[in-house]
Amino acid sequence: MPTLAERARSGDRRALARLLTEVENRTAKGEEALRALYPAAGRAHLVGITGAPGSGKSTLVAALVSEARKPDAPGGPRPVAVIAVDPSSPITGGAILGDRVRMQIHASDRDVFIRSMASRGHGGGLATATVAAAAVMDASGFPLILIETVGTGQSEVEVAAIADTTIVVQAPEMGDEVQAIKAGLLEVADIVVVNKSDRPGADRTAAQLRAMLTVGAQSDRAAAAAGRPRPKRPDVMLASALTGAGVPQLLAALDRRASMARSSATDEAALKRAEAQLSGILAQRLAERLRSPDVAERRNATLRAVAAHELDPYTAADELLAAISGSDPA
Amino acid sequence: MTDTLTRPIKVLIAKPGLDGHDRGAKVLARGLRDEGFEVIYTGLRQTPDMIVSAALQEDVDVVGLSILSGAHMTLLPKITAGLREQGLDDVLVTAGGIIPDDDIPALEQAGVSRVFGPGTTIREVSEFIRANVHRREE
Repeated sequence: MPTLAERARSGDRRALARLLTEVENRTAKGEEALRALYPAAGRAHLVGITGAPGSGKSTLVAALVSEARKPDAPGGPRPVAVIAVDPSSPITGGAILGDRVRMQIHASDRDVFIRSMASRGHGGGLATATVAAAAVMDASGFPLILIETVGTGQSEVEVAAIADTTIVVQAPEMGDEVQAIKAGLLEVADIVVVNKSDRPGADRTAAQLRAMLTVGAQSDRAAAAAGRPRPKRPDVMLASALTGAGVPQLLAALDRRASMARSSATDEAALKRAEAQLSGILAQRLAERLRSPDVAERRNATLRAVAAHELDPYTAADELLAAISGSDPA
Repeated sequence: MTDTLTRPIKVLIAKPGLDGHDRGAKVLARGLRDEGFEVIYTGLRQTPDMIVSAALQEDVDVVGLSILSGAHMTLLPKITAGLREQGLDDVLVTAGGIIPDDDIPALEQAGVSRVFGPGTTIREVSEFIRANVHRREE
């Protein structure tokens, strides 16, 4: 009997869906599958799509999917997977996952696979298991994976740490030049898309963004020479997910980035992704270790001591770490 | 591992057919959210194919169908048959909307576990789901 992972890799969509549930629920079975699949992943182009609620992320994702699935697409139509994250309620844990509303036209196309994910308490615009889910899709043969974040504010930039390419979606008339020079979301963009270009003000918004995002470009070389981090210089593109204008150009821009094979930029993205995954798993392992029965008593005593201000939290953390690193988990 | 945490039940709320009355579906989606369910809402005018494909890709535990157009005798059996065809036999299917009592036995025969009529409370729906959802062992 082939495993879920083997079935998913051979194109069984039902198995893929089930496996994603295991991964999302962070079960032992999901973890085992990820171990098996990980070497087969690393081929797909992971594109993060982020932006404010209502800026048109889902509609733009749907338009990109349609473009990539066109029979006359350059290089032929290719399989596309989508992960669409929406927020979980901090009160009840429930969620409304509504991104599919805009993505329903490919229902009978088995090479389009859309999966909604609730953030389940994870901040940063993604869910804890988003990277892992993308790896499963990657290993299952999807060369293009679009990851749509929850509607973001100004600083949910986690997607940039896991995507090869980050698209920040803006709508016309959503702010003046001061918004464009603020630190945060716009800084992580590889491509800024001014969506709804059919609306008035789109050209002006794009021009303002271009002007502000390229300020200081000439000092980049000096920054690089001095070893200081260099700001990204994103392309600003206009698109209308509604009319389809600009969408072929956007997909072509994504493909250009994907074909910068083994460039320093993609290696950097892979390293960042590895770091994000590893620190997430380390934090999870540590939390599990601290919850385990043999440590629980020690941990509770430490918590009470910190609560009573008998022990400072730094010393407490060091002591707990020392206590659990001495003993090997079962 | 985190197996011990109870994972949220995933519910697909879909509107098959051509009527444009989605207030009920939205109110139910919102109510189930408040009951702690993860609700995938797919919007108006869904074909049976779209609903089956969404249920498969999202790996949901429950499919809730809201229909007020009168086409339930045509569309609902197509959806339950499509789910079975894809191996989704363990998905709980419920329906709501304007469905005459006389039609209910045939729909149940076709695989709809429960038809909720007008006046059903969110609590009744969520209790029914919790009591009847098939929790997987795998």
